[in-house]
Amino acid sequence: MCMQGIRTFFYCLKQGIRSIFHNGMFSLASIGTIAASLFILGLFYFVSSNVSYVMKEAEQNVGVTVLFVENCPQEKIDAIGAAIKTRAEVAGDPVFISAEEAWENYKKDHLNEELAATFGEDNPLQDSASFKVYLNDVSMQDVLIRYIEGLDGVRKVNALEGVAESLQGIKRMVTLVSVAIIVILVAVAVFLIRMTVSIGISVRKEEISIMNLIGATDYFVRFPFVVEGVTLGVCGALVPLGILHLIYGKVIEYLSGEFESVFRKMTFLSEHEVFAKLTPLLLAIGILIGWFGSTMSTRKQLKKISLR
Amino acid sequence: MAGSYDLHRDLQNIQAPVIHFDHVYKDYQKEIHALEDVSISIKKGEFVFITGSSGSGKSTLIRLMLREILPTKGKVFVAGRELSRLRRHQVSKYRRSIGVVFQDFRLLKDRNAYENVAFAQRVVEVPPGEIKRNVPRFLSLVGLSEKYKAYPDELSGGEQQRVALARALVNNPVILLADEPTGNLDPKNSWEIMHLLEEINRRGTTVVVVTHNHEVVDMMQKRVITLRNGRVISDEQKGGYVYARY
Repeated sequence: MCMQGIRTFFYCLKQGIRSIFHNGMFSLASIGTIAASLFILGLFYFVSSNVSYVMKEAEQNVGVTVLFVENCPQEKIDAIGAAIKTRAEVAGDPVFISAEEAWENYKKDHLNEELAATFGEDNPLQDSASFKVYLNDVSMQDVLIRYIEGLDGVRKVNALEGVAESLQGIKRMVTLVSVAIIVILVAVAVFLIRMTVSIGISVRKEEISIMNLIGATDYFVRFPFVVEGVTLGVCGALVPLGILHLIYGKVIEYLSGEFESVFRKMTFLSEHEVFAKLTPLLLAIGILIGWFGSTMSTRKQLKKISLR
Repeated sequence: MAGSYDLHRDLQNIQAPVIHFDHVYKDYQKEIHALEDVSISIKKGEFVFITGSSGSGKSTLIRLMLREILPTKGKVFVAGRELSRLRRHQVSKYRRSIGVVFQDFRLLKDRNAYENVAFAQRVVEVPPGEIKRNVPRFLSLVGLSEKYKAYPDELSGGEQQRVALARALVNNPVILLADEPTGNLDPKNSWEIMHLLEEINRRGTTVVVVTHNHEVVDMMQKRVITLRNGRVISDEQKGGYVYARY
């Protein structure tokens, strides 16, 4: 019984693959269109995953500045730092910037030497010692600010208003556009597989009708078409994977070189990181498209084929 | 094996008719009555002609026996089992015990005679070694041993029907249904096919032949069931072709 099952499995496999060659041009057209769809999908994946990555990096550079009340004792400052550190929203330790460091940084960034010298030993930022706090998740910025403002000894919390919302907005938009395009492309690919398998079924209508009257099981009739669909789906995924593999490194290299001034501070996902997720994703989509398309097609078409 | 449909096993002990139509009606549309109140019983090992003019309901009978369609009313029994009660997976098992040949042969054009017959065995998952033994035996039975490599378009109509017959027989059916098997053949080939069917019947297979070939029916002197407008108008044990005298 087991041997029989294995034999039937391989027979169906052979029939499915034979059918791909038998349908020649239709199979090629089908693979081509699935490959094109998955190629575009892959490109979108590159863009969206890199945008997400860059956003994540940007998020890590978004922080809030905590200023203390006038003449705040060091013990209280340390206590504030310890309290902030315990919060889940906070990434790493709060960075303490003394009033002296703050003034030095200001002079360096905004004043020329001549103008800075006029201040002598005075420090206009006398009460500007602060903590720089970085966040794990920018969307939690408001929660953290409310918490810190409630701590004893805190005068003010500075944050870039709207940064969190902007970053979240960009991420949401990229995700939405990607999902919409992926859904459309997958639908197109399923339709194409359906068409190809339907053509295969109509070509083999006579054979299927004979199979039915001789007593073939549903599995025996349907499985070769599922094999055909899944194989087309896998081929349709392997082609764009190969092409994307070839171009990804070159595109990143080109972007980094050609637009150095723009991308100087940005880092992209490595080829390994991208393909570790993209390869199983495209293969799984290819298999699913093939399986779904061929199953839909066989269910509909085989019902129509009956003995004349 | 519970629930599977094994016609060979079921027929071992059966006393009842192998095929039984119990007040069967079949409507294709509300206005079109293909069969009306048909009650027929066919015993194990019988050779039966079903005759009638075009549209009399002959092919509907075959389709009901193949369980390709279900009756609108009434019941069809084969080997004591009511066909409308068969589950989907049981239908394929059931059909393995029924051989069928058609007027237009229905051979696969891209396969030779051997492959056409072997296909029937492959479909029912017979081991390759057995296929290699069985196919030449059945091609020899229908007298086509020499032409096993020929493709359908290289064979005459009579030879194509013989291949179809070998394909129908290779799985050892309990019942052989033939829908106008001589419809596309000249008289000489028609007779050869009928003699083959008679020989198959002598070996124990129940044979049901749908035909309007009156010469064949008159000469063979077998049981003849005649249909007209979907009703049985005569059923004679050793009859001839019933002309439109009703």
